[in-house]
Amino acid sequence: MTLDEIRKNLYTEEKEKPFLHHIYICVAAGCLSFHSDKVLKALAAEVEKQGLSEEVEVKGVGCLGLCTEAPLILIEPGTIYYRAVQPEDAPEIIAALGKKPVARLLSPSDQPFFAMQKKIVLENSGLIDPEKIEDYISVGGYSALFNVISSGNSAEVIETISKSGLKGRGGAGYPTGLKWSTVAKAPGNEKYLICNADEGDPGAFMDRSVLESNPHKILEGMAIAAYAVGAKHGYIYVRAEYPLAVKRLRTAIKQAENSGILGNRIFGTNFSFTLDIRLGAGAFVCGEETALIASIEGKRGSPRSRPPYPAESGLWGKPTLINNVETFANISAIMQNGWEWFASIGTEKSKGTKVFALAGRVRNTGLIEVPMGTTLRAIIFDIGGGIPDDRKFKAVQTGGPSGGCIPEQYLDMQVDYESLAKVGSIMGSGGMIVMDETSCMVDVAKFFMEFCMTESCGKCVPCRVGTVQMHALLEKITSGSASMEDLEKLEELCDLVKNTSLCGLGQTSPNPVLSTLRYFRHEYLAHIQEKRCPAGVCKISQKKGVHP
Amino acid sequence: MLTAEKRGETVAEVKPQEDIRWKKIEGAMRKHGNTSDALIETLHTVQDVYGYLDEKVLHKVAVALRVPLSSVYGVATFYHIFTLKPKGLHTCVVCMGTACYIKGAQAVLDLIEKEYGIKPGETTEDGKLSVLTARCLGSCSLAPAVVIDGEIIGKMAPEKIFEKLQGVVNHDS
Repeated sequence: MTLDEIRKNLYTEEKEKPFLHHIYICVAAGCLSFHSDKVLKALAAEVEKQGLSEEVEVKGVGCLGLCTEAPLILIEPGTIYYRAVQPEDAPEIIAALGKKPVARLLSPSDQPFFAMQKKIVLENSGLIDPEKIEDYISVGGYSALFNVISSGNSAEVIETISKSGLKGRGGAGYPTGLKWSTVAKAPGNEKYLICNADEGDPGAFMDRSVLESNPHKILEGMAIAAYAVGAKHGYIYVRAEYPLAVKRLRTAIKQAENSGILGNRIFGTNFSFTLDIRLGAGAFVCGEETALIASIEGKRGSPRSRPPYPAESGLWGKPTLINNVETFANISAIMQNGWEWFASIGTEKSKGTKVFALAGRVRNTGLIEVPMGTTLRAIIFDIGGGIPDDRKFKAVQTGGPSGGCIPEQYLDMQVDYESLAKVGSIMGSGGMIVMDETSCMVDVAKFFMEFCMTESCGKCVPCRVGTVQMHALLEKITSGSASMEDLEKLEELCDLVKNTSLCGLGQTSPNPVLSTLRYFRHEYLAHIQEKRCPAGVCKISQKKGVHP
Repeated sequence: MLTAEKRGETVAEVKPQEDIRWKKIEGAMRKHGNTSDALIETLHTVQDVYGYLDEKVLHKVAVALRVPLSSVYGVATFYHIFTLKPKGLHTCVVCMGTACYIKGAQAVLDLIEKEYGIKPGETTEDGKLSVLTARCLGSCSLAPAVVIDGEIIGKMAPEKIFEKLQGVVNHDS
């Protein structure tokens, strides 16, 4: 069966005339919590009432990006964005179609937030209905998979991905093509594929949004990967905290199976690939690949030492390919447009784009996708619109509990894997939290240490005991009872935990402390020597303090 | 494969309602092949139908999946989402992710503690309200976020939390 035949099967009745106007309403979790579903209903009812059903299409779509102005809607043609739309606004919006837009609701479409982005992963995210496979196919979806399977050359797929320079988007940045070829070369017929959608990093919501907005893109990327490495079964390990993403994934898998795009004998060929969902249960350590595998096997999520790497011995001891959601989301576009196209985007060593979740003390919070190499200043001040309330920028935190805080002097740095590592942070999964002068950097370091302490799985001593001790020292500093000796002890412990922990969680847990010590040492000193918190966050009782 | 009933284990005197709940759990175990790797998926189902992980049910799950009870307990306590205590009639989950923390989630928790006298993980004495924290809800652009009875509420001004919660708690009295 070809894709065209599938498409025809899905469209039982073709519409005679195309719609004149399209109204897209964001129904991803952000806008949904501001009741965009009610806005969708009100608009649909109004279109019906005015007898415009043949001319106007009203559709719920995935994330439009600018979550801060929720509920957000988009009207085409004309690319008109309306912000903070309420159900009561429906009559006015419908009446203005094709005429002058409703000025009071307008969110300018030429603002940097929309204009400066480049969308590969988020392409079509605000244009298609995430619960309809026909929508995805109508924008060219699954044709990359079809071409790959028809060509019958799995080695060529791996070569294309390798040449494109795509690196794992989960955080560590391991070359994707290399990982694929290791799994493909591994002996044995039984191989597995895993999509890591356990987005546990606090402050990151890229994966949630991609899964909610365009789940079929992930399925297509996974099926291509399965074909390339020779896996017949795959799992999507997704957080139970994302109920909407889970629901949409389940719907997408069922639709793809019913259409012959997933399951046995895909497109009528000999290639079979089935997919299952496994729910995470709220353990940050399960983002680590060996812990994730243990969790799929129904056990506690404890990591084990590597090697052997999952590519050789993973799920149930079989060769296993694990990639992140965003990595899989890049695959179909690379296969479609060629590796040269992908490699032409980004910097010398980091290719393509990166999706960032912009949050914290920044005017435009939401989801953005920019080419690798965009500067922090462009992201925070142009796309993000700067810091609200005339406050001063202090730092931006990337990479979550494994990352670091980057101060003002590096705002003009181009963001890619290498430059972030150079300033003591990491790319991580893409969370970007902006902080202004009201945040105390010692308190932020303590916040992340508390996180790592609770999330430590307890298997290895440096992480289990070290994080508790580091947290206690930070607690001492923020309460104003620490001495310079304590600071020394803290630095020593950072070094020890970093170099002796078993897995990534422990090895990177000192990063927030190390990076704040590197750039904001004066804040630590103010807490210790002057018994005061410069940002006024920590409650320091004057009596308790003992000078060293 | 033998199920707990067939082997005649402690499921003789269950009430009809119990029976329906257990059927759902059995269904989940069967779907995942009645093997030990079905454990986490099964616990999700137990929590869905009972609201928490009931100790007696955990015994039955251990027997049915042939997993040592210690491992069941290990898994149940390892993952944050599972709870061994029944929750209150209403739940309020306060997100403590980085973005929410930066924007004042601690103040929301402090106010709840002041008004209701409960800390995260606790339930009011009348069993009406439980307060929990979440690592990150992925609603960072709407920080600070709380979830009251499954509904996400974004941009939660701390001073409004009491009003919001009173509305929910008093609704059914």
